[in-house]
Amino acid sequence: MYAYDELDRTLINERVSEFRDQVKRRLSGELTEDEFKILRLQNGVYLQLHAYMFRVAIPYGTLSTKQLRRLAHVARRYDRGYGHFTTRQNIQFNWIKLAELPDALADLAEVGIHAMQTSGNNMRNVTSDQWAGVAPGEIEDPRIWSELIRQHTTLHPEFSFLPRKFKIAITASEHDRAAIKIHDIGLRLHKNADGETGFEVLVGGGLGRTPFIAKTIKPFVHGRDVLSYIEAILRVYNQYGRRDNIYKARIKILVHELGIEKFAKEVEEEWKQMGDSELRLDHAAIEEVRSRFSYPAYEKLPHMPDELKQAAHDPLFERWRKNSVSPHKVQGYSIVTLSLKPVGGPPGDATAEQMDALADLADKYSFGEVRVGHEQNLALPHVAKRDLPALFKALDRLGLATPNVNLVTDIIACPGLDYCSLANARSIPIAQELTRRFANHDTAGLIGRLHINISGCINACGHHHVGHIGILGVEKNGEEFYQITIGGRADENAQMGTLIGPAVPYAEVADVIEDIVEAYLALRDRPEELFVDTVKRLGVEPFRERVYATR
Amino acid sequence: MTSPLEQKKIRITGPSVVTANRTWDGAVVYRTAQKGWSTELSDSAIVSTSDDARALLAEATADDVGAVGPYIAPVEIKDGGKVKPGNLREQIRAKGVTIDLQVPA
Repeated sequence: MYAYDELDRTLINERVSEFRDQVKRRLSGELTEDEFKILRLQNGVYLQLHAYMFRVAIPYGTLSTKQLRRLAHVARRYDRGYGHFTTRQNIQFNWIKLAELPDALADLAEVGIHAMQTSGNNMRNVTSDQWAGVAPGEIEDPRIWSELIRQHTTLHPEFSFLPRKFKIAITASEHDRAAIKIHDIGLRLHKNADGETGFEVLVGGGLGRTPFIAKTIKPFVHGRDVLSYIEAILRVYNQYGRRDNIYKARIKILVHELGIEKFAKEVEEEWKQMGDSELRLDHAAIEEVRSRFSYPAYEKLPHMPDELKQAAHDPLFERWRKNSVSPHKVQGYSIVTLSLKPVGGPPGDATAEQMDALADLADKYSFGEVRVGHEQNLALPHVAKRDLPALFKALDRLGLATPNVNLVTDIIACPGLDYCSLANARSIPIAQELTRRFANHDTAGLIGRLHINISGCINACGHHHVGHIGILGVEKNGEEFYQITIGGRADENAQMGTLIGPAVPYAEVADVIEDIVEAYLALRDRPEELFVDTVKRLGVEPFRERVYATR
Repeated sequence: MTSPLEQKKIRITGPSVVTANRTWDGAVVYRTAQKGWSTELSDSAIVSTSDDARALLAEATADDVGAVGPYIAPVEIKDGGKVKPGNLREQIRAKGVTIDLQVPA
């Protein structure tokens, strides 16, 4: 966990007072909506179809149980009893009233949570691996660097009015769980030949209507220089980024139009001019932030406790363990992923009751800590293996032990037309129907790792481009249709999926996905060959043939 | 459904209303003939020509305190005069989400 200092607490509290005054002036008519809009967006407040939507940041996906309980409180007191975890380590409340938002913000501020820069054309929540600090083989905890960047960029005047929103993600593991290649800046922590810690810096990734995979701009930037290098990138972006056309304003367009070599040259020149500036992080500054992260006092525990051996006879427990429990860097402990994708449920939603109960379980079994991942699932990062059987039973009672992590029903979906004012088509009902079609978890297990991502419009909040199967809602003559892509991925080998053919109507989407999965099962050369690898080996043609031959 | 945020030219082809979100709570509201706002679609002022639609929108837009983001939305007039939303987006705004929520709405 990270403990905010007095400066952070003051900043958050001052923001609450400021926003309270802004809301008061808006409701009295002193501020017009045009004047107020930018202010509410800077505090994570959107206006959606039915109500205001309030997006709250969960920096690098780490939550204390106190904070989780407070989120439950906000859901219950100010919303309709649930929240929606997003693909960027935020939580959204869909029914909140503007008049009550200052009170909700104040309640959150008491536990160090805020909504600053969760929307608007500024530096957004810096995200990271939800297994940060506990993943085996990790270079070091990437949240140290996420926090350093967060501190530097929060309310930074140079980054508060960028051409467009700007997103950074950091990973420190070989396997990228933070989707860094689809971010404006992706940072991969690694060590150079001299054993020094630094970053491969990638730039210009993003989805939306013009998707790009990020390109490496510099293979190694020393950790102490990461702030100045990021600032150099942002200065070049601020200088050349287009402000005349919202669709061409993201840094990915600039990188694409200039070319990565020219863009890199511009950044390098800017960086050199900055020289040995105050942005260079000295050892003490890094260690100060590092010291504010606390880690559990792990016990020395056996690799295979008796409790686990005995529970292995329970097939339901074993199925869940094999699916949702992952190795931890400390012997005797595990990372437990909690699926927020129950059969028939809206992906990423959690009720206030679930949040409260989960907080109790995290206190009991995970040193009071909960994580949020970009796949819209949660995790308990420090569970003793001996506690896994008891935890499973408790999670099962809460509906949080669906054994479908990384399987076909672990669907990423945006809110879609059910909530979003930008959407063209619904996402959630498509996801729900697919979870019903593939409700048999044993069958899903046999299918293996398969990520389905659904977006209700081209803005791609559901990351459809990088789904193994991507589903994009479009409108045709007032009806909902869906384009299907296959072969995308968001990890260290990130790539965009390929469109398989004409869009299909709402009622046929689940049938089409079933056809694609059946085709894969027939085409894979062995059970271990993942869907995405079969597509890579054979291309889209066999799948296209299967889907459209009879349609 | 094409977002009305992209609504540039005002040209209607059938009965329409002006809808927005109420400022203090964001609730879906409809402009009434009495120059107010109502949460009931049946209370809305219905226009049938582009000129009337423009006028209703202009009058609604002037009320910046009461509601946010007014735009013109199609409606259907059923037998007996009952007013129904004219597309899926407006159906969802009028009736709520199409999914089962985990908690009562």
